Amino acid sequence: MDELIYVAMTGAKQVEYAQTINSNNLANISTTGFRADLHSFSSIPIEGPGVDSRVNAVVDSYGTDFSKGPIANTGRSLDVAIQGDGFIAVQAPDGSEAYTRSGDLRVEPGGLLSTGAGHLVMGDGGPVALPPSVSLLIGGDGTISVQPLGAGPETLTIADRIKLVNPDTSLLEKGSDGLFYMADGTIADADASVKVTGGALEQSNVNVAKTLVNMIELARLYEMQINVIKTAQENADTAAQVMSLG
Amino acid sequence: MSQALWVAKTGLDAQQTRMAVVSNNLANVNTTGFKQGRAVFEDLLYQNVRQSGGSSSQDTILPTGMNLGTGVRVVATEKLFTQGSVLNTENSLDVAINGRGFLQILKPDGELAYTRDGAMRLNDQGELVTSSGYIVQPGISIPEGAQSITIGSDGIVSVKLAGQTTPSQVGVLETADFINPVGLQAIGENLYVETAASGPAQSGTPGLNGLGTIVQGALEGSNVNVVAELVNMIETQRAYEMNSKAISTNDQMMQYINNNL
Repeated sequence: MDELIYVAMTGAKQVEYAQTINSNNLANISTTGFRADLHSFSSIPIEGPGVDSRVNAVVDSYGTDFSKGPIANTGRSLDVAIQGDGFIAVQAPDGSEAYTRSGDLRVEPGGLLSTGAGHLVMGDGGPVALPPSVSLLIGGDGTISVQPLGAGPETLTIADRIKLVNPDTSLLEKGSDGLFYMADGTIADADASVKVTGGALEQSNVNVAKTLVNMIELARLYEMQINVIKTAQENADTAAQVMSLG
Repeated sequence: MSQALWVAKTGLDAQQTRMAVVSNNLANVNTTGFKQGRAVFEDLLYQNVRQSGGSSSQDTILPTGMNLGTGVRVVATEKLFTQGSVLNTENSLDVAINGRGFLQILKPDGELAYTRDGAMRLNDQGELVTSSGYIVQPGISIPEGAQSITIGSDGIVSVKLAGQTTPSQVGVLETADFINPVGLQAIGENLYVETAASGPAQSGTPGLNGLGTIVQGALEGSNVNVVAELVNMIETQRAYEMNSKAISTNDQMMQYINNNL
């Protein structure tokens, strides 16, 4: 009996975790460049004396859904969306290099370029620093050209180039800040084949229908686990009754 | 209690804020010089429950771990400083800025504020003021009996007085620009104030050093795109509904356990 109730309890607990991952996807349905987290269950047998009947289900977040999100036009010159595969390299809070698909860029007071979430965008050598400018244009390969303050439109100078990378997504890992990192701690090489579109943003790639169906499925799965706990309780009640008969 | 419940709650909060931003944009669709706002979303920290790559035994490692996301938040509401449409009003005290720059205004508390709203008036002293009565900086007084007021594209204000044949210059309307206008803080009344994020104001003559030119007899309309805002509103509402569905599903799970155990 103890085996039954604990296996079912673990099941219910793990379904709650999976539901959290699912709810997080749903909560980030409007987060620019968000990539949905995937979950799966795996069986972990408990070894030891007795019959080999205790197999717990444990949830894994087995990675991230790297499919493309829809691209929405915003018309703002500092918004960039990556066409196809690839990532924008940014500086993580600890100074290391991380990657993101979120291209809502802005210019910090010191002229540094950062994403909407405040991470500095990496250029050819370190974070991108822009001179004070009248207008700014981000080209298809990430090249930033500016018309410096006090100069005419004929003097368009290239300020820097946003570091765009395209590592194999299986090598990437989502950090606790939602940015992607190379799992082995290395730095991805710049890839000239990654293309960006200006004046547009890539939205979250959360599939609403799938997430809602997942939510229902997990809720039912939870009820099933609770039913098993209930059955274990009834078994125990009956056993207690039999004992009191004797 | 259930973490999923709180995650869904952050989703509701964020969508609510976005709805407020969208509503404010729509409410200001006819406000002179208004700049559209936008809510910027960010995913919250992930909670690492089980580290991937950890040892599952002496010789094997866990291929995948478990990271639980904790929801979403609105990290910023930023203004989009794109040019609004320039509307002709034929009123000699209305000005629009075509390009970068802000008019400088002296607030009653003595601090400077900045605006794109160029609907100016005269006060009882003949000074140029905004619709709220705040004095435009640098202060310009129009002498009594001025027949006509002309504001040039470089901000030079000249008046023609009765009995004179040539207009006389009474002042220059300077505009100010910022490295990062998005960092300005909107304080209402169409005004913005300088912050550490916007950088210091650099005032100058309109039309020079990248500052936009002054257009007299015109006002800059709101840059809110109504269709885009309506689409945003629909998207926000549906996202809100989905997150509330997540809450009710979690509620049902809790209810089931309470009713059955």
